[in-house]
Amino acid sequence: MSSAAVTAIPREVRDATFDLLAEYGMAIDQDRLEDWAALFTPDCDYRVISRENEEQGLPNIMIWCDNRDMLLDRIESYRHVNEYNLHWDRHVIGPPRHFGQVDGLWQVEAAYSAFQTTLEGETRLFSVGRYRLGLRFEDGVARIRTAVVVADTGLIPTLLATPL
Amino acid sequence: MGFQVNWERNDYSRIPHWLYHDDEVYRLEMERIFRGPLWHYLCLEAEVRQPGDFRTTWVGDTPVVVTRDKKDELHAWVNRCSHRGATIVRQVHGNSADHVCIYHRWCYSPSGDLTGIPFRRGLKGEGGMPADFSPASVSPKKLRLVNFHGVLFGTFSEQCESIEDFLGEFGTGMIRRFMHKPVRVLGYSRQLIYGNWKLYAENLRDTYHASLLHEFFVTYGVDRATQKGGVKMDARHRHNMNHAYAASDTQDEARAAYAGTAGVELDRMKLRDTKLLQYIPEFEDGMNLAAPTFFPSSIIIQANNTLGTRHIRPKGVNQLEVFQTLFGYEDDTPEMTRHRLILANLVGPAGLVSMEDGEAIELAHRTSGSAPAGSASVVEMGGRGPLRDLAHRVTETPIRGFWSYWSELMGVEPEGGVR
Repeated sequence: MSSAAVTAIPREVRDATFDLLAEYGMAIDQDRLEDWAALFTPDCDYRVISRENEEQGLPNIMIWCDNRDMLLDRIESYRHVNEYNLHWDRHVIGPPRHFGQVDGLWQVEAAYSAFQTTLEGETRLFSVGRYRLGLRFEDGVARIRTAVVVADTGLIPTLLATPL
Repeated sequence: MGFQVNWERNDYSRIPHWLYHDDEVYRLEMERIFRGPLWHYLCLEAEVRQPGDFRTTWVGDTPVVVTRDKKDELHAWVNRCSHRGATIVRQVHGNSADHVCIYHRWCYSPSGDLTGIPFRRGLKGEGGMPADFSPASVSPKKLRLVNFHGVLFGTFSEQCESIEDFLGEFGTGMIRRFMHKPVRVLGYSRQLIYGNWKLYAENLRDTYHASLLHEFFVTYGVDRATQKGGVKMDARHRHNMNHAYAASDTQDEARAAYAGTAGVELDRMKLRDTKLLQYIPEFEDGMNLAAPTFFPSSIIIQANNTLGTRHIRPKGVNQLEVFQTLFGYEDDTPEMTRHRLILANLVGPAGLVSMEDGEAIELAHRTSGSAPAGSASVVEMGGRGPLRDLAHRVTETPIRGFWSYWSELMGVEPEGGVR
């Protein structure tokens, strides 16, 4: 996908993508994980993989939810079952790059960096990578049908709980 | 150089906290354990399948290359150039007829022999290495390597026992079980935990914590202490195996056992999508949890239909990497591969039943470091005194077994120390 020429993107597609990504990062960072899940279609597919595996053509996943119910299960598990390092998240998401449409889904990529800050204010870089998204547009609203988070940071510091 | 441990007890039911935080202890562990008289997990044969294939790994803090040469023989050697100590192989894996250090282009064969030195004879009759210089005499240190049913182990020692004797009865049996047909590597995961490597080694021997810390197990019935299972150790009590049998308890039994345990509650929640809990029987022994753990730093683990190895890689006294290799079998259907990958949600750095380990180890490391002299871990769950197998999993006895063998290798056993 990376060699595609830059072509004009309809204004409403660009705007809707921008709004979607802004809400994506902020919903996680503000601990509105249910709102984050609502950005996905019910038949979504969300994966977190490492760049190391992808470049070797290996299918292993860190997280794979092949529908929105699985995303909601994970959120509920984070909220009520799992224990993890207490922290605040901060996502910084780069400008989206559109690569045209495949099967009615706009193909979009954007770089991210995610920082974690302890409750005593110590910050570390937690993960960098890129989002590879397939977006469905309905009534001017963009939703995520497919999301692959390709983490350059395959060496996960401590553990991965809240979504990337 | 040496050190002493004033063991409070000779059954290792008290572990001094400073042993996790001392630079000299760490240095001696690398020497006496990781370069000592025992076998260490390197990687799977499936990762070096073709002639010329190589993969880098670690034995303690020593970087190691595993290769297959063109005669199909496997080798392991230290990834450190004979010339100036630089890293020779920089890729994690690949295929190459030879290996060249970029600094001065010293060249090594797949078997780890130094085969080329630029300008060895000088230039236009001037310079060069002395005429009697012997490349063979400075070739990188080679490990003895054994391929035990597709799992590669290596050692720096000429003295250590056979791999069969080292692994013991359940170890050899369990490797044959996991490797009973050709495996296919599905990928890797890596996790950097800010804690001493022994805390992770202990965690693998502590079945007491499993259903308490990893509440997902209990809440959704993946694994509970009420299931039939137990803990086996080898004769020397250095390895252990946590295991459990699928569907061997009832929800009522489990509910009664966990009643009143703070933070653990059965049936509180239901998954919307239950395929994470599906288990497709695939081993004749009926186990859905099988985790043979080998001293000092590796484990092969089945959690339902996820299969993998985990390799603890010490990264200094205060850090460890958990390197996990997930695999299936070459004859898996596409549906089975998909099922294994969906179940991979349970394990690894984001695993719904494993993520807590990273946090628990960091908590233990963080505050035990500032504990005053004489402060120690209390390890009595499952009993004191002699080391015994147990037909239940509410035990920490294998932790005491770990420390018993650790002390033997480090030369710090207390008088009358249990073995």
